[in-house]
Amino acid sequence: MANDLFNSFMTGPDETGRFGKFGGRFVSETLMPLILSLEDEYEKAKTDDSFWAEMNDLWTNYVGRPSPMYFAERLTAHLGGAQIYMKRDELNHTGAHKINNVLGQIILARRMGKTRIIAETGAGQHGVATATVCAKFGLKCVVYMGAHDVERQAPNVFRMRLLGAEVIPVTSGRGTLKDAMNDALRDWVTNVRDTFYCIGTVAGPHPYPAMVRDFQAIIGKEAKAQLEEQIGRLPDTLIAAIGGGSNAMGLFFPFLDDKEVEIIGVEAGGKGVNAKMEHCASLTGGRPGVLHGNRTYLLQDDDGQILEGFSISAGLDYPGIGPEHAWLHEIGRAKYVAITDAEALEAFQLCCEQEGIIPALEPSHALAHVMKIAPDLPKDHVICMNMCGRGDKDIFTVAKALGFEMNTGA
Amino acid sequence: MTRIDDTFARLKVEGKKAFVSYVMAGDPNYEKSLEIVKGLPAAGVDIIELGLPFTDPMADGSTIQLAGQRALEAGQTLEKTLEMVRSFRETDDTTPIVMMGYYNPIYSRGVDKFLQDAKDVGIDGLIIVDLPPEEDEELCIPAQKAGLNFIRLATPTTDEKRLPTVLRNTSGFVYYVSITGITGAAEAQAADVAPEVARIKSDTDLPVIVGFGVKTPETAEAIAGVADGTVVGSAIVQKIADDAPVADVLSFVKSLAEGAHRA
Repeated sequence: MANDLFNSFMTGPDETGRFGKFGGRFVSETLMPLILSLEDEYEKAKTDDSFWAEMNDLWTNYVGRPSPMYFAERLTAHLGGAQIYMKRDELNHTGAHKINNVLGQIILARRMGKTRIIAETGAGQHGVATATVCAKFGLKCVVYMGAHDVERQAPNVFRMRLLGAEVIPVTSGRGTLKDAMNDALRDWVTNVRDTFYCIGTVAGPHPYPAMVRDFQAIIGKEAKAQLEEQIGRLPDTLIAAIGGGSNAMGLFFPFLDDKEVEIIGVEAGGKGVNAKMEHCASLTGGRPGVLHGNRTYLLQDDDGQILEGFSISAGLDYPGIGPEHAWLHEIGRAKYVAITDAEALEAFQLCCEQEGIIPALEPSHALAHVMKIAPDLPKDHVICMNMCGRGDKDIFTVAKALGFEMNTGA
Repeated sequence: MTRIDDTFARLKVEGKKAFVSYVMAGDPNYEKSLEIVKGLPAAGVDIIELGLPFTDPMADGSTIQLAGQRALEAGQTLEKTLEMVRSFRETDDTTPIVMMGYYNPIYSRGVDKFLQDAKDVGIDGLIIVDLPPEEDEELCIPAQKAGLNFIRLATPTTDEKRLPTVLRNTSGFVYYVSITGITGAAEAQAADVAPEVARIKSDTDLPVIVGFGVKTPETAEAIAGVADGTVVGSAIVQKIADDAPVADVLSFVKSLAEGAHRA
């Protein structure tokens, strides 16, 4: 089946940038010529051995790839069912999967002769990764971050500044990730000639969703090879957290045509997926619309106005989702569920206690779903979850949520 | 012939350039906004651009963003914006109205339903910022079929190779964006704009109207002088933001229209 193109889930997007009806290029005319030249440049790079040689060298020697595949033995015993494997992308340089993609985009930017890099960031992980790679290559870096996120992710703001990036707190709209993305797009329209927009997730106008997926697919490729070596077969279930969905798409993509592998994406359920919309579960609680260059599932009201999401995790706090996930959801190849803040916090603590790993709040959502299903699954069932980020940045948020007084010296 | 075509035909006979004004529908509230819109033709406005409020206006500067927020907070919806145009048409059946905004509220309503409603209330054209020619199947082609003009933005980054693509399915007029940037930004320069307008006009018979960065009667005159007309948006919207009385807003509009008409 895997080589049967007619039944493949891996051939998207089409030439208009669509996965089914999702995706596309919904941008202003000013940006369109640049989007087209980026697409050309990426198509060239994709089949250029020297591009991948540079990527592989940096992935190995700068990022520290491959990231380990770890059997979580105590957690498995504790839950008493399926075997739990963790793809340890939190061990990458800068502490998350984000740098996999940033390296690819910055190498492309250099090939295109762009000298100024802009990025948006929510939790700050993509901003830190972008600032890091810009420092390495001596490029000017400007990061847009919602004013609310600047407050709740102070350590990452300081990291970005240490790395020489200019961090611009965004107060327009309501000062969250979606507003940061709006302001980054406004910057790009204004400085289109010398500036490259390094998008942090599998969303935005074509070719970004496909390009970011291809850079993150290293996660799934490694996972497949590592599991083959460790257990001699494919996993039964893949689980990953989803904001925009880049770590999940990276893990899922190489397995899409392995139809026996169950794929589950975990959205941020905030205080619960209810009528009050205090969540970020675009697929579970939204409907199709057009925002930030693509058609996808969005949290919106009856008039097509975009709603703010809500999640304890700044990295999942986005009212949309990558268009390829929207498509996988509609055709039923992947299943999407929601996990609440409270469930994610419980998983966060359990992971610390059972495995000695402090996870970021984002993969804590994935782990919370593992906790829900693992106990009822047979002992030979293998779950692979993406531990896509480490939790150092979240300890203040978690301390506050658990009512622990922490003197930050601030 | 649409009201837009009729207007340019009339202006040609009168030997005048077009003055186009932009206000956000429902800013600061429905009643005041309707009163302002109703007063625009008498202030010398040839074509009214009516902004459709959206939570995420990615091509707009803070002045227009805030106008959209005020309108939404005051309860403006696409339904109410259509209602506003219907009310305007009760007393004015000649001044063209072009709706300008972003695609999602229209997509959310349903394209066919929206086009039917827009036609019924008397909207003449659409400018949808996030629908480039690559997405023509979405709204542009259905809109033309429904008898509405679809007005395209051309920008300084639209090069020779791409210009025919941009002009292909455009109608009514071409809106040339004077700068690479967002609304309400740097001042447009007639010397930069003139060769660009000439470049576009060599490829189309449609009128070319220039907007973005036009804030004063003097700039309106200078820019209209090198094109078929000019658009002012943010400078008018700022008066509304400053809570100027309707009469003051309209007298400012009148000064801008006089500037453009002097050209």
